[in-house]
Amino acid sequence: MEEGNKIPKSASSRLCCRCNERKPALKRPKTLEQICRKCFYEVFEEEIHQVIVGNQLFKAGERVAIGASGGKDSTVLAYVMSELNRRHNYGLDLFLLSVDEGITGYRDDSLETVKRNEVQYGLPLKIVSYKELYGWTMDEIVKVIGLKNNCTFCGVFRRQALDRGAAYLKVDKLVTGHNADDIAETVLLNILRGDVARLSRCTSITTGEDGPIPRCKPFKYTYEKEIVIYPCSYCKNLNQNHTYAYFKKLDYFSTECIYSPNAYRGFAREFIKDLERIRPRAIVDIIKSGENFRISTSTKMPEQGTCERCGYISSQKWCKACVLLEGLNRGLPKLGIGRSRGLENGNGNRKDMEQNGDVRSIESKQCGSLDF
Amino acid sequence: MACNSGNCQSNCHQNEQVAENDSIPTPTTGSNDGGHQQQQGVCLKCKVSPPISSGSGGGGTGDEARFCADCFRANLFGKFRLAVTSHAMITPSDNVLVAFSGGVASRVALQFVHEMQQRAQKNYEASKDRSLPVFGVGVAFVDESSVCSISKDGVEEAIQEMKSTVSKLAPPVKQFHVVSSASLYSSGSSDEKDRLKKLIGAVDDVTGKDDLLMHLRMWALQKVASENGYTKLVLGLCTSRIACHVIAATVKGQGYSLSADIQYVDARWEVPVVLPLRDCTTQELSILCRIDGLKPSQLVNDLPSGINGLISSFVRLLQEENPSRESTIVRTAGKLTPFHFNRVPEINDSNVPLATIRRQKRYNLKPQESISSESFCPICNSPVIDSNSPSWGSPKTCQFTEFASSCCSSCQFQILPQDQLSMKEFCSLLPERLVARSKPKYNGNLDMLREQIQDCLLSDSDGET
Repeated sequence: MEEGNKIPKSASSRLCCRCNERKPALKRPKTLEQICRKCFYEVFEEEIHQVIVGNQLFKAGERVAIGASGGKDSTVLAYVMSELNRRHNYGLDLFLLSVDEGITGYRDDSLETVKRNEVQYGLPLKIVSYKELYGWTMDEIVKVIGLKNNCTFCGVFRRQALDRGAAYLKVDKLVTGHNADDIAETVLLNILRGDVARLSRCTSITTGEDGPIPRCKPFKYTYEKEIVIYPCSYCKNLNQNHTYAYFKKLDYFSTECIYSPNAYRGFAREFIKDLERIRPRAIVDIIKSGENFRISTSTKMPEQGTCERCGYISSQKWCKACVLLEGLNRGLPKLGIGRSRGLENGNGNRKDMEQNGDVRSIESKQCGSLDF
Repeated sequence: MACNSGNCQSNCHQNEQVAENDSIPTPTTGSNDGGHQQQQGVCLKCKVSPPISSGSGGGGTGDEARFCADCFRANLFGKFRLAVTSHAMITPSDNVLVAFSGGVASRVALQFVHEMQQRAQKNYEASKDRSLPVFGVGVAFVDESSVCSISKDGVEEAIQEMKSTVSKLAPPVKQFHVVSSASLYSSGSSDEKDRLKKLIGAVDDVTGKDDLLMHLRMWALQKVASENGYTKLVLGLCTSRIACHVIAATVKGQGYSLSADIQYVDARWEVPVVLPLRDCTTQELSILCRIDGLKPSQLVNDLPSGINGLISSFVRLLQEENPSRESTIVRTAGKLTPFHFNRVPEINDSNVPLATIRRQKRYNLKPQESISSESFCPICNSPVIDSNSPSWGSPKTCQFTEFASSCCSSCQFQILPQDQLSMKEFCSLLPERLVARSKPKYNGNLDMLREQIQDCLLSDSDGET
C-alpha cells in the first residue's frame, strides 16, 4: 500500500525523469522515480561515489581489501569499487579478501564465485579459512555445539579472520558490503535489545579507527533492492531474487547460510521490508535517526587491551575467539556463551549433580536423624 | 523442606504441594516455595489471598497468576505515586487537567489522580491548621468526530457516559471539558469544522494525517488547559504506547527529538505535560480496569493505519515473543540524553511545602548542556536539529518557504505539501496560532539587532526589515 506519490508530475511523465530521452525501465526503489536503465546505473554509481568522497573514506595510494563472500552485496561492491577507482582515479590498490568458514553446500559454492570474480575484475584474492586459523570448520563446530549458538562462533571468528587476512595483505582499510537495510536493521535491533553503546557506533560509516584495521561501509545509503537490481538489465518483477546477471555480467551466489536459524534479526528484517513497501525513505530515516540519537559520550566504553593468548585486540584477558576456541578444544561448548558464571558445563555439571545428590540424600533422611 | 517422604511420622510441616487447601503457608518454608505457590494459588506478595486468575479456569499468566487483586492494585498505584512524587508532578497548589480519551490508560490515570485528590482532601479536613491546600482536577476530552469516521450519535453517547463517569468521581468535583481540534482556529470563524476537514484532506500521506491529528489534539488540550487556568496536563501515556513511539520516531527520522517525548515531564509546552503512568504497561492497566470494573469507552477502537499501524502490530508481535520487550525498548530510549525542558520548572510558590521543593531539586535532571535556545517545529513542537538560518529581509512570497523550513524534516515530508502552490493554500488552512509560531523569533531578533546598531545606520530605508 503505497502512500501518496511525492514526485512532482512532469509534463512528460512517460520518459525517464533524469534524461527525459529514454523510456523508463523501472521505478527506483529508493525514490520511486521512473528511470531508464542507463540512468539508473549512472545514478547508482554516482551516489556511491559521492558517499566515498563526501565522507573521505580513502586516501590516494591506500591498499584496500574488499570483504568478498560471493554474495550480491560484496560482488556488486567489488565491481563498483574497481569501476569508480578507475573512473575517478582514487589511486587505490584493491584486493579481494574472502573467508572460508567451512560450510559445505554453501560456502564452498560461493567461494567458486569469488574465484571467478578474481579473474573477472583482475583483483588479487586471498582466502582465509577457519580451518587454517582455528583448526575448526563451522560444520565441525555445529556438530559439537548444535544449532543454537553457532552464529556467535561464526561471527566472532569471522571478525578476527578478516583482520588477520587484512594484516597478511598489509592493507590499510577493509570495506564491507553492509547496505542501508543492514544498518537500519542493526539500529532497530540495538533499540530492541537495550544496547545503547552499540547504538551510538552502529551508524558510523567508518569503524575501528582505533583498532587494527579500520572498516568502511560505502553502501551505507544504498538500498538492498537497488543492489539486487543493479546487475540485471531486465527487471520485470522486483520481488524475485535474481541469480542470473545480464547486462553487467555480474554473477553472484544467492542463498542464505544453511545454518541461519530464526535469528532475532529476522523480526527487524520483516518489519523493514513491510515498512519499505509503505514508505521507501523510511530506511534512510532510520539511519538518520540513529546518527542523531542524543547519546552521552560518557557512556561506558570497554577498555582496550590485548589478548594474552593470541595478541589480538581485546577488552578482557582473553579475546572472545580464544575463549570460544578454548571451550571447543576442551569439550566445553558453552564456554563463553551467555553470562559468565564460571565453568557451567562438563566439570560444572558433575559438580551440580554431586550437590543435588547430597541434597537428595539429606532429603531422604528422616526428620530428627539429621546430623549437624 | 526437611521432609520429602510421606512416611515421616513426626508432626513436621509438610511440603506445600501436598496441602493444597492450606491457606496459611509456614514461615520457615516461605522463601523456597516461590515457584510452587504459583501453581497452588496464593498471592506472592501477601501470601493470603488467591491470585486474580484463580477461579477463572486458571488460565492466567504473568501477573494475574502471581498477585491477588489488592496487591496488584497497590503495586500499580505505587508506581503511579512514585512517579508523581519523585518528579513533583502534582503539588498542592496545582490545578491538574487529565486528558481523557476513554481508553484504558486514561481511565486509570483519572482514577488514580482522583484517589490521590481524595486522600489529600481527607488530610486537609483532618489537619488542624489546614495549611496544605488540595490540588484541583479537571478532565478534558478531545472530540474528533468531524474528521474521524465515527457517527455523531456514537460520540454523543460516549460523551454522556464520560460526563457521568466524571460526575461520579466526586467529591471533590471535577469540571469536564469537551474540546474539538477545530477550536484551534480563532473564534469567530463559523467554518471551523470545514477548515479542519480541508486541512486533513490536504495531507496526502496516511501516516501524516494520523500524526497531524495527534499534534492538533495536543494543541487543543494545551488551549483548553491554559484558558481554564490549569497548571499541569496529565496524559495516560503508558510503557506500551511509549515503546511504539520510540520505534515510530526512529522510523520517521526523529531520532534527535525522541528523548524529549518520553520523559516523565515535558515542560516545553505552556502547560507542562506529565506522564505518571510511564512505567505501567497496557496489559497491567487493562487488568486493573477489569478487576475494578472501570469501563473504557467504545470510541477508542480506531486502528491506526499506515506506518503507525504497522508499528503497533510489530511491537505486539515482539511482546508476544518476549513479555518484557516493551519495557526494554523504553529503558533503552530512557538512556538517551533528555533536554533541559524535561523537568518541572522550579517552584517558587510559598504555598508549596519545603519538602516538595527539596525533593524536586533532588530529582531534577542535571542539564548536560547550558540551556540552549532550541528551535521547535511549529506543527509538532519537537526540537529541530540544525535549524535553517533565517532569511533576513525575506519578501512576502517566501514566507511559506520560511514556514516550511522551520518545520522538522518529518513534518516537512509527511504533512506539508511538496510544491509551492499547494504550500500557500496549506498555510491558509492551518490554525493561525500554529503558523505564527514560526515567525516571532526571527522578527524579534531583527528588531533587537536593529535597535543595537540604530545609531550607526545612515540610511533610514526599511530595506533590511
